[in-house]
Amino acid sequence: MNDVMKLLRSAPPSALFGMLVIVSYIFVATFGPLLTPYGESEIVGAEFLAWGDEGFVLGTDNLGRDMMTRLIYGARNTIGIAFITTCLAFLIGGVFGLLATTVGGWVDQLLGRIVDVLMAIPTLIFALLILTILGTSIPVLIVVIAVLDSTRVFRLARAVSMNVVVLDFVEAARLRGEGIWWIIGREVLPNSMPPLVAEFGLRFCFVFLFISALSFLGLGLQPPTADWGSMVRDNATLITYGDITPLLPAAAIALLTVGVNFVVDWFLHKTSGLRDEH
Amino acid sequence: MSTESGEHGAGKVLLEMRGLRIEGQSDEKWQEIVHGIDLTLRRGEVLGLIGESGAGKSTIGIASMGFARPGCRISGGSIVFDGIDLTTASEDTKRKIRGARIAYVAQSAAASFNPAHKLIDQYSETPIQHGILKAEEAEQNAKDLYRRLRLPDPDKIGYRYPHQVSGGQLQRAMTAMAMACKPDLIIFDEPTTALDVTTQIEVLAAIKDVVRQSNTAAIYITHDLAVVAQMADRIMVLRYGDLIEEGDAREMLANPKQDYTRQLLAVRTYKKADAATQTEAPLLEVKNLSAAYANTVMVLDDINLRVPRGRTVAIVGESGSGKSTLARAITGLLPPLAGSVLINGEPLPASYKARSREQLRHLQMIYQMPDTALNPRHKVRDVIGRPLSFYLGMTGEARERRTQELLEMIELTGEFADRYPGELSGGQKQRVCIARALAANPAIIICDEVTSALDQLVAEEILKLLQRLQDELGVTYLFITHDLATVKAIADEIVVMLQGRVVEQGEKQTILTPPHHEYTDLLLSSVPEMDPDWLDSLLERRKAGQ
Repeated sequence: MNDVMKLLRSAPPSALFGMLVIVSYIFVATFGPLLTPYGESEIVGAEFLAWGDEGFVLGTDNLGRDMMTRLIYGARNTIGIAFITTCLAFLIGGVFGLLATTVGGWVDQLLGRIVDVLMAIPTLIFALLILTILGTSIPVLIVVIAVLDSTRVFRLARAVSMNVVVLDFVEAARLRGEGIWWIIGREVLPNSMPPLVAEFGLRFCFVFLFISALSFLGLGLQPPTADWGSMVRDNATLITYGDITPLLPAAAIALLTVGVNFVVDWFLHKTSGLRDEH
Repeated sequence: MSTESGEHGAGKVLLEMRGLRIEGQSDEKWQEIVHGIDLTLRRGEVLGLIGESGAGKSTIGIASMGFARPGCRISGGSIVFDGIDLTTASEDTKRKIRGARIAYVAQSAAASFNPAHKLIDQYSETPIQHGILKAEEAEQNAKDLYRRLRLPDPDKIGYRYPHQVSGGQLQRAMTAMAMACKPDLIIFDEPTTALDVTTQIEVLAAIKDVVRQSNTAAIYITHDLAVVAQMADRIMVLRYGDLIEEGDAREMLANPKQDYTRQLLAVRTYKKADAATQTEAPLLEVKNLSAAYANTVMVLDDINLRVPRGRTVAIVGESGSGKSTLARAITGLLPPLAGSVLINGEPLPASYKARSREQLRHLQMIYQMPDTALNPRHKVRDVIGRPLSFYLGMTGEARERRTQELLEMIELTGEFADRYPGELSGGQKQRVCIARALAANPAIIICDEVTSALDQLVAEEILKLLQRLQDELGVTYLFITHDLATVKAIADEIVVMLQGRVVEQGEKQTILTPPHHEYTDLLLSSVPEMDPDWLDSLLERRKAGQ
């Protein structure tokens, strides 16, 4: 506990701000239903009410649902799905990346070429294609984005662990006769962690943006589920009248992205041992 | 102090440091690493700075250019070079001095040359930059210097790229580069440490001649007292940033005043007692072994080797002799093309992947770099405990008890079990590596250059530990090294390798007493001795022999 306090005190303001943003998002996402009296897709009033009208802090949307409530539930849905997707992407990409370097040879070649092929296809178009074929359910969405994103994790995990597997302690473990999974789990992974953790934060942002983009295009989370991407689309017409309400979900996305990046920067700085010399 | 050196340099004082203090940054705090050093250097004088790692010798060497490494700062004292105080001089003044009047020769010439430019262009860069020479003059000078440094084909060698010449030649080209502007002072920072002994001789001789002829002052930094004995007029012994002893080179070698200096001098005297010749069947046998990288470049050619139980066989050779490859072939990391490896008469599969756990247990390795041989994320307990549970199925209390026993064997206390490798010194790490090898109860331990990354005093402790373990437990060692002092200290039998072949092998006494094989003789005679006249007399003898 003491160490945590010490660590926090040494953090720069940008990182503290980032942490504050992340914690408040998690708080809102967790306690969402308690923070608002209305239901996620409950129609509570007239359409397109302005801010403050009839006690709706941020007004209502195109179907007369409370904007504030939708934003809160949107955080819950989008952050939750993005988190699960990122975890899955790291599981797939990380395991195969470490496997590629630790086994080496044709396994490395094969996995590398598969990833090359996947990366050669524009991600958004590929995702749209598959989602159109398989239909847009949440599990499909998670798996598709996770697989597409895992290619980048694979590349990073491979590059980082490449420098670890050549070290003598890995050779010593091989000569001891350890199995491949032991070597990956106990020798290689712990020494490849810091860049992967930092990448986790960044990838989470990209997944988050990707889901929002898909929702905006109508192939992400389906109505009536509240989602920041589709909320921008649903209320886009308001922009024409100079109302900034549709930008609120976009701002929520941007704020989280900036917050995560601040924390990641600080973490990378700390673990890479970089110091400001002047 | 400076009066002692009066007999050498009739010259004036060139460099004078007074109360030099340097601080280094660790964990955001500044800590003093050099504690008020006084140093005086006269024109034409060669000063040797000697000490183990962390002594501050390189830091002082760099400071004599008025420079501190990133993460370090000069926090006190003065550095006066020919009347200019470098601690207060402007960046511009210092830039004019560096390269032109003070030059620096780094340990690794290979890392200091730009691989994309020809040697002679890199030579010419500094004098042209400082406006001292024109391009053609610079090239002419370079060729002249190359000749004086006895580089082969001095008129053409400059037009090669760094990767096209050998390590020793590169180090001499670097020295030529340092001399390009006829500097008043050259700082040599361990210029021969990365070289083989036979190459080291050539470089030392070349440097010594050129420095003497041009009457340049030099600071020669090294951890090797025998090397500094050949080069320096005066020696300063440093430890942890403090001056331990300073004096005339001959005087100090003959009559050291401080305990620490005596320890450094005595470091090469440890010698194992001769064991009786044994005739029983060998524990490890290598038969007609040949190996190649990528199946094309032959690196081992028909190697035959026998390692008797409870003895130490040392494989000696310079870089490129194939000695490390032999270890890789024996352990199965590089499956040999032909031949076989037998333990207790039982042939082992070529690749380590095909070997049984029991076969793997019999062969354990200790590596050159203890820093990379230990997983930084594993505690010492896990490092030593893993072979115990993996090979011997020990768990819980039994495993803990055995771990403690092993720690005791390597002369570390029980509390070390809870430490991470990052919390250990280099010597302690190497001890843990030894314990890890011992934990498996192996038939034979392969030691690959286990002492070359360590300071001399620490290395000697490690050798003594290995010897004690052999006496008590009857461990068998296959010892791979380039260092003949180590071989003399620990070997029972010696195998001399050159370019992938065995040149000579036999009992230590037989190999070390004349008549030698031609290459063994070259190798043995190239090991520097403490005698300050050793280099000169050796070169004379070699010349006479030709």
